[in-house]
Amino acid sequence: MTNQVKAPHIVKAFSEELEQLSADVAAMGGLAESLVSDALQAAATRDGDLAAEVVARDAQVDAMQRDIEKKIIRLLALRHPIAQDLRVCIAALKIVTDLERVGDLAKSIARRVPTLNDSEPTAFAASVDRMGKLVLSHIHEVLDAYVTGETARAVAVWERDDDVDEHYNALFRELVRAMRDDHAMIGPGAHLLFIAKNLERIGDHATNIAEVIHYLVTGSELASERPRGPRPEQTV
Amino acid sequence: MAYDTNPAPSTVYHPAPPGMQIKVAARDLSVTYGDALALDRVQIDIPDRSVTACIGPSGCGKSTFLRCINRMNDTIDTARVRGSIKIDGEEVNDRSIDPVLLRARVGMVFQKPNPFPKTIFENVAYGPRIHGLAANKDELAAIVETSLTKAGLWKEVADRLHQPGTSLSGGQQQRLVIARAIAVNPEVILMDEPCSALDPIATARIEELIDELRENYALIIVTHSMAQAARVSQMTAFFHLGALVEYGPTEEIFTNPRDQRTQDYITGRFG
Repeated sequence: MTNQVKAPHIVKAFSEELEQLSADVAAMGGLAESLVSDALQAAATRDGDLAAEVVARDAQVDAMQRDIEKKIIRLLALRHPIAQDLRVCIAALKIVTDLERVGDLAKSIARRVPTLNDSEPTAFAASVDRMGKLVLSHIHEVLDAYVTGETARAVAVWERDDDVDEHYNALFRELVRAMRDDHAMIGPGAHLLFIAKNLERIGDHATNIAEVIHYLVTGSELASERPRGPRPEQTV
Repeated sequence: MAYDTNPAPSTVYHPAPPGMQIKVAARDLSVTYGDALALDRVQIDIPDRSVTACIGPSGCGKSTFLRCINRMNDTIDTARVRGSIKIDGEEVNDRSIDPVLLRARVGMVFQKPNPFPKTIFENVAYGPRIHGLAANKDELAAIVETSLTKAGLWKEVADRLHQPGTSLSGGQQQRLVIARAIAVNPEVILMDEPCSALDPIATARIEELIDELRENYALIIVTHSMAQAARVSQMTAFFHLGALVEYGPTEEIFTNPRDQRTQDYITGRFG
């Protein structure tokens, strides 16, 4: 039960279906979040078994997306939701797409763990882990905001995505310098770059979800463009 | 930045969107039936050449409002109308207004089709004849054909114009009644649940007709079907307990209503 749906419908089954939908999305969010968390832990502790488990568990996220999408299509076809109810359905449809991508990105991080384990640990792993914790906190916060319907919390995450970008830009520069200085770093450095890029994208999905929550609760769009610093693609 | 999801009830005055010409304007319009207040100080501007849907639970005053526009409340002894209702700036309740002429300018279509117990031709010809709109039989026949064509019925009845109007199907009868209203050159067409007795195909035909008619008329439709209001109207007015609670572009009312009562009603949450 989330607080997005306020008064119950006269048709009780309709209310129950909407509540179930929100609960399913929240559960899928919890699973996607745990994938990110475990992928980060696997990378930090060089735990190949945990990484393999993350890769396997991503299929559950995909299955949940398909199941939720089916439920939404059924709701749209049979209940003809409007206003707030329509927004609950559209928001769920958009959020599960973001969560499915989050699951994929976590899987992609986990897949690099065995390769990283083949080389010596680097000082950068800790920095990547810090960035990961930051992104994880955004995902966690935005999913809480979804469950409680607190737009202010969602907007706060949306505004804080700059921190992730800054972290990513700094890490990008440091890794490029390290790889230039020490060619032995190129292998692990490239994998760490991809992990950092995946984390940055997970952060973007958290901001997408924040935008959807704003729309879900208020019915209006957040400003289309956040202010951004220079992209790492534009720096050397 | 505001995150308030439940703003204060909409203002008392409900203007039409800017740029639209106002056809019907009500100010402080109240109606009582004996002691019962049916309509409570309604202020609204209804645009020309568009469809305005009036929605709300039974007894909310939406039909009463509709009946103010062509003075159908005159026929109820206990009804008392206060305030102002104007069509093109002209007061409907003014003593100088002849209700019979008014009802030619403001056509009305009811829930149950009510053709006269006459032929299809006579149903449409009756109005133009009593209002002297045709100089001769040929002109009258032309008006009948044009009206039936505009109502999307001509092809179905062209070869049976002298059969009784009541021999038609329900949907055809409703279109015949619309043709009858169009025949006297109305400016406003009122529809009180025009499709509630019709099947989905006949309903779709009437809705298509409503969409075509809005090029030339101001249409005001009372409906209990939220889906129909959403499909056919450009503006939606939500009435509750005699008050006009919210009025605005249909798209806004059905995606993001401002008033919690509107939200609860259209989403099926009224207890």
